[in-house]
Amino acid sequence: MVASPPSSAAVPLHRALGLTDDEAASIEAILGRSPNHLELAMYSVMWSEHCSYKSSKKHLRTLPTEAAHVMVGPGEGAGVIDVGDGIAAAFRIESHNHPSAIEPYEGAATGVGGILRDVFSVGARPIALMDPLRFGPLDDPRSRWIAEGVIAGVSGYGNSVGVPTVGGETVFDPTYQDNPLVNVFCLGLLPKERLVLARASGPGNLTVLFGSSTGRDGIGGASVLASAGFGDDAADADKRPSVQVGDPFEEKRLIEACLEILEAGLVVGIQDLGAAGITGAASETASKGGVGMDLHLSEVHVREAGMEPFEIMTSESQERMLAIVEPAKLHELLAICEAWEIRASVIGTVTGTGRFRILDRPGGTVLGDLPASSLDDDAPLYDRPRQEPAGRAGRMADRAEPGAPADVAADLLGLLADPSWVFRQYDHQLFLNTVEGPGGDATVLRLKHPTTGVDTGRGLALTCDGNHRWCALDPRRGTALVVAEAVMNLACVGARPLGLVNCLNFGNPEHPEVMWQLVESIGGMGDACRALSIPVVGGNVSLYNESRGRDIDPTPVVGLVGILDRLDRPPPGVQLRAGADLIALGPEPRALAGSRWAWERGYQAGPAPALDLDAHAAVAALVREVVMAGWLAGVHDTADGLGVALAEMAVRSGEGFRVAVPDSDYAWLFAESASRVVACVAPGHGDDVVRAAAAAGVLARPLGSAGGSDLVVEGLFEVSVVTATTAWRAALPSTLGH
Amino acid sequence: MVARVGVILFPGSNCELDALEAIGHLGGTAELVWHGDRSVEGCDALVVPGGFAHGDYLRPGAIARFSPVMDAVRTFAADGGPVVGICNGFQVLTEAGLLPGALQKNAGLKFLCTTITVRVETTTTALTSLATPGDELRIPINHFEGNYTCDANTLAQLRAEDRVVVRYVDNPNGSVDNIAGVCNEGRNVVGLMPHPERACHRLLGSEDGAVLLRSLLASAGTPVA
Repeated sequence: MVASPPSSAAVPLHRALGLTDDEAASIEAILGRSPNHLELAMYSVMWSEHCSYKSSKKHLRTLPTEAAHVMVGPGEGAGVIDVGDGIAAAFRIESHNHPSAIEPYEGAATGVGGILRDVFSVGARPIALMDPLRFGPLDDPRSRWIAEGVIAGVSGYGNSVGVPTVGGETVFDPTYQDNPLVNVFCLGLLPKERLVLARASGPGNLTVLFGSSTGRDGIGGASVLASAGFGDDAADADKRPSVQVGDPFEEKRLIEACLEILEAGLVVGIQDLGAAGITGAASETASKGGVGMDLHLSEVHVREAGMEPFEIMTSESQERMLAIVEPAKLHELLAICEAWEIRASVIGTVTGTGRFRILDRPGGTVLGDLPASSLDDDAPLYDRPRQEPAGRAGRMADRAEPGAPADVAADLLGLLADPSWVFRQYDHQLFLNTVEGPGGDATVLRLKHPTTGVDTGRGLALTCDGNHRWCALDPRRGTALVVAEAVMNLACVGARPLGLVNCLNFGNPEHPEVMWQLVESIGGMGDACRALSIPVVGGNVSLYNESRGRDIDPTPVVGLVGILDRLDRPPPGVQLRAGADLIALGPEPRALAGSRWAWERGYQAGPAPALDLDAHAAVAALVREVVMAGWLAGVHDTADGLGVALAEMAVRSGEGFRVAVPDSDYAWLFAESASRVVACVAPGHGDDVVRAAAAAGVLARPLGSAGGSDLVVEGLFEVSVVTATTAWRAALPSTLGH
Repeated sequence: MVARVGVILFPGSNCELDALEAIGHLGGTAELVWHGDRSVEGCDALVVPGGFAHGDYLRPGAIARFSPVMDAVRTFAADGGPVVGICNGFQVLTEAGLLPGALQKNAGLKFLCTTITVRVETTTTALTSLATPGDELRIPINHFEGNYTCDANTLAQLRAEDRVVVRYVDNPNGSVDNIAGVCNEGRNVVGLMPHPERACHRLLGSEDGAVLLRSLLASAGTPVA
């Protein structure tokens, strides 16, 4: 049976393909005639929300994107920054939420594959993956099935393709019950001079498709899956064939072949095939290069016979790349592909016409003919209506915090979960860079030159952060808090931020409240990035995260990359040292609104935690200073609350502590702050830390001291390190993996 | 004279650069040998590195054993040349018949990347000559199929001939008799699941792997400081 888009007499084809009546009219105006089926299919994928960013582009343009070290900003495959010593870092984050909800293993695996291609297509060798994951609650069997499948998919693909997964997050909350968030971050390194962009130029040059064959998998993934919400289970099961299947071995060979091709300077331009398949890669390289292109479908190596033109053009089969090559260099490119057992086909030529033409074979029948730039540049842009949710002011003013806990220790232990059950399934050490691996505040990697291997003596620091509770209460401040938390995580390992990428996971943009959340969130991100001098170098927007008419809480996730100017010892780490003094650095929060403790007890109102960006910058600079000076034996941020910070430091080092909080008030333990850290001061450096804090104008509050076999907060609770460690370790394996 | 270590590169290998770096860091010289080559001439020792040779499709090592270079590896080993298979390399060497036994999926059916402790059981092999019997080394493991198994006769023979090279102190994967690595009868071919190359730099948490790779360099003829 030949697959075809869902259609019936009652529903016009353009609507079945996800295009509105106005969009269909625009296409007619561009072409000066009615589009045929193939052309309509190409417009439908390219003008989908997923590919065109039509609801968000206007707002994303408000983000700060420039800095002296930024080589490539948003809009390309990956953001690229100069990290010194002739090395550039390329990085990007993407979502694979909808495919992972339908088919968790392959959804996550192909998410990893896709983000890798974005990075190596600019000439960078991928050296690090991170995976911020969000699932429904652990007591829901379907959420467990999704979580286990996604984690296995990241493990199965990432380990095999040979790129270490060095960080991430795993969050469980009912807001993600039917719509998990699977975000994937990748960073690669390249010699600065090797940067290659997705540009076609030079009429007469050849269009070469290489990698896996083109099959019927993933047809319409961008429009069917990524740009619509979920309904009932039966309909969703029908979407399963729209999820692609990954082959990490093909991708591994593709990475090696591509880097060899780029190192030898054999291509004019190159682009990976992602959403919208050949249509997207070919039309974008032509459009960005200001040229035209003729494609010959008979030359595409396909997985099965009888594929329709629209299937070939919109297939999202994985592990494919498209390069623009001068005819004289074709032979050398094909030889490299052959050595790595990669199939390659010349599928077209660059033309000077500005037209994007699809022919059945060279010199054959023209099946589609449209302006190359129209798929990309002429995509509609929407300024969708937005509206602050009704009753929000009242909810912000709600101070009805939950009552005091009956058992503070039990509540605190309930917030602990050792993530090693997850990251032990990921190779997080490959390439011999991982100085601080997953589970800490930020990952620290040795920075070595990507081709010579020379160690720079400096380090890269990476973190991924998100917080739906803060953003649900106040998307603007909540998003600024997420950026601030990421900056503090880097500071805890001694790193200063260089560049940020974002993955904006939101609900249905056709709901004015969701559009309001998105715009507020982008505004908050811009505020924080400007105040903290961080350029945004790339991003991804994932909309329609809704299920059964319910939108997820707004969940912007950021990936932040920073640099350690000197890496000659491991960072202090999340730990305690017996006998050391414990000092909290930064402003003191007491408000419980937005905290996980309060949220899980039904208090989902009030203002998001306080944030003063100038004060935050001062704390982060101070933390960086005392870490790099070697004055700390351990450190941890308090974005999960002071109590969780202390407890995690205790269970990770097997040391207890004895601290006091004002008035023995439990709220100090559960209130969350992006601007405060717990410092475990190295012996003999207490005065140094206090003096540095005073000079920076940062509050330094003595908490108590580390050591002993118990976690003790005077007047509140006392629990043994053994008990706490058992609870921490058991949290995930007791429910997952059976 | 500095010995040259050849590191075999299959499509799908991924620890080959790490092996080069660690050997270089320890003062050795190493270079890649493509799986399609039919010769390992000029090499004084061979490392079959970790990764997923040929995607691990069918079964880890099942396709790699047929790569053209493997005949040269067999000849090199038969002539007494030192050969070490690390992780996927261990799997390849068992599939190729250069080492006894097989590696099956971990007990618990999960991939495991974590640092474990192994005990050196014998020092008369190409990989342990500079170690001390009973040394406990902290070295990372990184595998899904690391659960060593063999039949009862083979196990008895391995024990009787002192061919269990390293044992897990706390068995992470269900391996029979806690076996983490074994050698052949000639003691010049060693396979192990832990990754010594990941434990050779002070910033990476452990330098306990260095004694093993230094032993390999010594057995290849490099004077070791």
